[in-house]
Amino acid sequence: MSRNGPLALAYHTLFVAFVLAPIVIVCIVAFTPEGFLSIPTERFSLRWFRAIAQYPEFIEAFWNSVWLAALSSAIAVGFSVPAALAIARHDFRGREAMTALFLSPLMVPHVVLGIAFLRFFTQIGLGGTFVGLVLSHIVVVFPFALRLVLSSAVGMDRAVENAAVSLGATNVAVFRRITLPLILPGLASGWALAFIQSFDEVTMTVFIAAPGTVTLPVRMFLYIQDNIDPLVTSVSACVIAVTTVFLVVLDRIYGLERLLVGRGQQEGV
Amino acid sequence: MSVTAPSTPAVRRAWAPYLLSAPALLLFAGVVLIPIAMTVILSFHDWGQYKGIEPVFILKNWREIIDDSYFHEMFLRTLRISVLVTLIAAVFGAPEAYILNRMRNPWKGIFLLVILGPLLISVVARTLGWALLFGGETGVINKALLNLGVITAPIPFMFTETGVVIALSHVLMPFMVLSVWAGLQRLDPQVENAALSLGASHATVLRRIVLPQVMPGILSGSIIVFALAASAFATPAIIGGRRLKVAATLAYDEFLNTLNWPLGAAVASLLLVALVVIIVGCNRLVERRYAQVFQ
Repeated sequence: MSRNGPLALAYHTLFVAFVLAPIVIVCIVAFTPEGFLSIPTERFSLRWFRAIAQYPEFIEAFWNSVWLAALSSAIAVGFSVPAALAIARHDFRGREAMTALFLSPLMVPHVVLGIAFLRFFTQIGLGGTFVGLVLSHIVVVFPFALRLVLSSAVGMDRAVENAAVSLGATNVAVFRRITLPLILPGLASGWALAFIQSFDEVTMTVFIAAPGTVTLPVRMFLYIQDNIDPLVTSVSACVIAVTTVFLVVLDRIYGLERLLVGRGQQEGV
Repeated sequence: MSVTAPSTPAVRRAWAPYLLSAPALLLFAGVVLIPIAMTVILSFHDWGQYKGIEPVFILKNWREIIDDSYFHEMFLRTLRISVLVTLIAAVFGAPEAYILNRMRNPWKGIFLLVILGPLLISVVARTLGWALLFGGETGVINKALLNLGVITAPIPFMFTETGVVIALSHVLMPFMVLSVWAGLQRLDPQVENAALSLGASHATVLRRIVLPQVMPGILSGSIIVFALAASAFATPAIIGGRRLKVAATLAYDEFLNTLNWPLGAAVASLLLVALVVIIVGCNRLVERRYAQVFQ
């Protein structure tokens, strides 16, 4: 394969700098010893990281986000398994329309979803509740869970299942002992991707979260709207650090490109 | 087996996909279709400061959006920002995807992670970074340039359209790189080599071999970036503030500050309809034009 010329590499360097600059600056400013936004020049200080402990609303919002993301991703994966098996193995009327419906949360603006859920949950008495948040997040992360479960269901060798059936295994036994273990990597990565999507979701959640159920990104967003100070910067730096670790682990285990592109189209190249 | 048995497995197989997808279908009907339908209905209701929402069927909100130049300005601004962001992402993202694809392996993987990774990092944190770089007199770059005497006043970034466009381009850039990169994987490097060995220059190869083949990737990336830019909320809300509203932040204000839900619902419905029409239309066009590449 041919190499890039010096011009291409210079362009690449600028591009990477553009991509990283805003993320890096957050992490640097978070270490300021001053009481205002500034780049630490003389020394780094953990002052603003310690300050987070004095703001229980950030801690509380963090745990809300973690529980919400874990629960809604798990339920979304649960719903996506039978649907993925139906789409992968059967040719039936309405299959295309159904797939389009399941992927629609990717296309419908999250503002519209937020407004729709605000109206809907207020009407049925779930306004501002954790149950409402979970329901809405299940739907929003469903496409991500479905895509990864689907790609592992499509790539599965069905001969093993047929062998089990011919040896007299019941449907339940085949599913529990053959199908499920084989699609388990898809389930795990689908859950992980769904978890991150839910954890980062702000646009829709800002409409439906009540003071007691506010998630971390929403808390950060509302805080930034009032004023930007080193405290919210250190909170953001923590979020960036945690996400980066999660990202590198996911990349090592599953491959980021496969996670994001969908199928492992790139294997032998 | 009994006499009626033969038909049973076939019947069961015909019903199986519907039974399997029933839980997810019910969930989507209940939690997606019904709420969106309710929002569209809400946009036809009346609202008053003191009487609240009145469940009648009127066109007042839609007429207001169509007639009032305030809303025209908002939707035109949303369109302008989305088009600019899409262009910037395509012009700068596509070459980067090409360069990335020509890299050797440890670097290729590392930079793919560096460029696509931000997709999973909180939008609020990434936008905050732009506010720290350019935000008023406290912005790091502005302060440095002021101290060096390069500029006498801070470069305006916060509350400007330029600021929103740059920050949004940064937020959505990975989608374009991802889409073009996925398209490049289908490309056979031997075709490039064949053209080179037949005496074509690098520029000719780029123009006549590479570009036509990555065009579908650029176009589908553009559709994604455009749709996400048009409905973006957190970035325009933080960088644009209350002064520079776009469709999404306008709907938010109507809902949570003015409390005029029917009008907010009308803004949201219009955004949804406009986006669906644009996305479906563009998809049709792209698929027809490049039908052979998608096979």
